[in-house]
Amino acid sequence: MTITEKPHRSTESGTAAPTPFVALSRAMIKGFLRDKATLFFTFLFPLMFLVIFGLIFGNQGSSKTEIGVVGDGPVVSALEQSGVVEFKRFGSTEEALTEVTGGDLPAYIAENGNDISLRFAASDSTQAGLVNGLVSGVVDQTNLAATGQPPRFTLDAAQVEDSSLKAIQYMLPGILSWAVSIASVFGAALTFVNWRKKQVLRRLQLAPVQPSTVLGSRIVVSLGVALLQFTLFVGIALLPMFGLRLSGQWWLAIPLLLVGTLAFFSIGMLVGAFCKTEEAASGAANLITLPMAFLSGAFYPVDQMPQWLQTVSKVLPMRHLNDGMLDVMVRDKGAQALLVPAVVLIGFTLVLGFIASKVFRWED
Amino acid sequence: MNAARPATTPGQNPALVVDDIHMTYGDLRAVDGVSFTVGEGEFFGILGPNGAGKTTTLEIAEGLREPVSGSVRLLGQSPWPRNLALLPRIGVQLQASAFFERLTAREQLETFGALYGVGGRRVDDMLELVGLADKAGTPEAKLSGGQRQRLSIACALVHDPDVVFLDEPTAALDPQARRNLWDVLREVKSRGKTIVYTTHYLDEAEVLCDRVAIMDRGTILAMDAPARLVRGLDAPTHVILERNSVPLEQARALPGADHASEDGLSLTITTRTPAPVLSALAERNVLDGLQVRTATLEDVFLDLTGREYRA
Repeated sequence: MTITEKPHRSTESGTAAPTPFVALSRAMIKGFLRDKATLFFTFLFPLMFLVIFGLIFGNQGSSKTEIGVVGDGPVVSALEQSGVVEFKRFGSTEEALTEVTGGDLPAYIAENGNDISLRFAASDSTQAGLVNGLVSGVVDQTNLAATGQPPRFTLDAAQVEDSSLKAIQYMLPGILSWAVSIASVFGAALTFVNWRKKQVLRRLQLAPVQPSTVLGSRIVVSLGVALLQFTLFVGIALLPMFGLRLSGQWWLAIPLLLVGTLAFFSIGMLVGAFCKTEEAASGAANLITLPMAFLSGAFYPVDQMPQWLQTVSKVLPMRHLNDGMLDVMVRDKGAQALLVPAVVLIGFTLVLGFIASKVFRWED
Repeated sequence: MNAARPATTPGQNPALVVDDIHMTYGDLRAVDGVSFTVGEGEFFGILGPNGAGKTTTLEIAEGLREPVSGSVRLLGQSPWPRNLALLPRIGVQLQASAFFERLTAREQLETFGALYGVGGRRVDDMLELVGLADKAGTPEAKLSGGQRQRLSIACALVHDPDVVFLDEPTAALDPQARRNLWDVLREVKSRGKTIVYTTHYLDEAEVLCDRVAIMDRGTILAMDAPARLVRGLDAPTHVILERNSVPLEQARALPGADHASEDGLSLTITTRTPAPVLSALAERNVLDGLQVRTATLEDVFLDLTGREYRA
């Protein structure tokens, strides 16, 4: 047992000690930052989903319909100028027909002098209707132009932003709230189970520290982690390759996210009170966060679900967190959109927190 | 039960007075009428096999549990319910190593110290006291069992408490690590701390403790200084020699010898008057490799319970 003289790190003032609150928070932050698995599931894992989904659905909206073209003429060139379809040129109608019957193209158009023929696949009625309407519109316009008469009816068409969002716009708030739920539920549950198992809770019982200090420091760490996740995820989604566009009062999402973190933390406390081992707690936390994420529309818009499921999902805190964050981050709504989500999340936290405090155990 | 009352009255200001405590878990009477007093500066051991009720007794004394009946006065106050004024004056090492995850030895001490408002130099002093100054930056999980126990004791002492409770600090340690820990415990005692500790190693308690209470099945069977308990046993002394150093018949005939027996390696002479036996052996010049074994606390346990001591 050799004793080495080392310069003392924190002895400037002799007995300087941080407050119990600061010391406990610091201990938990260090424990968090040194746990590679937890870091992975807190940051990298959800980020992987964001990146993968972002790249898969990223340019879905801009993809154009491709049709086969045989021959050339005023209709074909007008169609080309419209810029809404892409052309695949063929030398003969037989070749083009083979592609259409084979299912590789939705339709082909052949222009030979004044005869214009359109053949389309019957299997995809949406595509068929689209191509049909498009081609007949162009043919009508060309006919009208050929008469030299001014058109009697004019159509004013312009692009508008619709409420069905680009993938990244609804995915970011969803995956963010899923990630925050993982960090908070697991963080709270595993801390309590681990501290009970290793008797840290009993040791703290025998130290002059209030339970509120212990709980408060753990909550502050979870809130800090949620803020980190928010910064990181939004920062990455804003990169040009993902193309997130935040609306005016996006920062209103931060207070809502923190309230949501508290709601998830209360779930974690409840899980931590019931589970005896870390394995059981992880399983239970997974069992709660993953279905909750799916039902709350974390991965796809909630209105794609059956109506009854949408109703059921309203009991889940993540659903309200998602709705609120979508409203202020990408739907350009103001603070009043947060009223219902915030009230629901606070109520949820209070109820679960109360139950958790009743079933809390210091030891097994 | 009154046999368990202390035979000696320790100092005028007892650090701990436990009076007739009972504790039951369902049908099990874990602690069944235990009383003892620990004087200031005393090193008091609670011994007994696993399940004897040692830990429960300690937990009640610390204020972690409320006894079904009976009372505890710790430094003149009741430790139950949770007494925030009393907690800074006691230091506790629990049976499991209660550490925060993924912190180094120093960080564990800093965290526990901060709970009591101490830090800085005090942390370094503690690391040196338990011989872990060179392990300050090592994660707790990478310490050996003995080092972890020493760190745990350092965490219990970091705020300079008056009374220290240690629950089986030497359990599951190899012999060398146990010896190292004994040195630490002796050093703690020399600083004037009152130590209450449990162990199932009777030999260790014999070496370390001023007084011991031997517990079995929730009650104290005997309580006194270890030497006095052993002496009170009036057990014979065993003199052990190399086989064939004295013929068995002659050994039986030695003055004072009660009994002699041989096994493959040794000749064992049992006697209640070792002096004439030893001088007779000295005359024959066969003292080389001779061992004298007197009774131990294990013999006391055997005498009290009628069964072999098994930790």
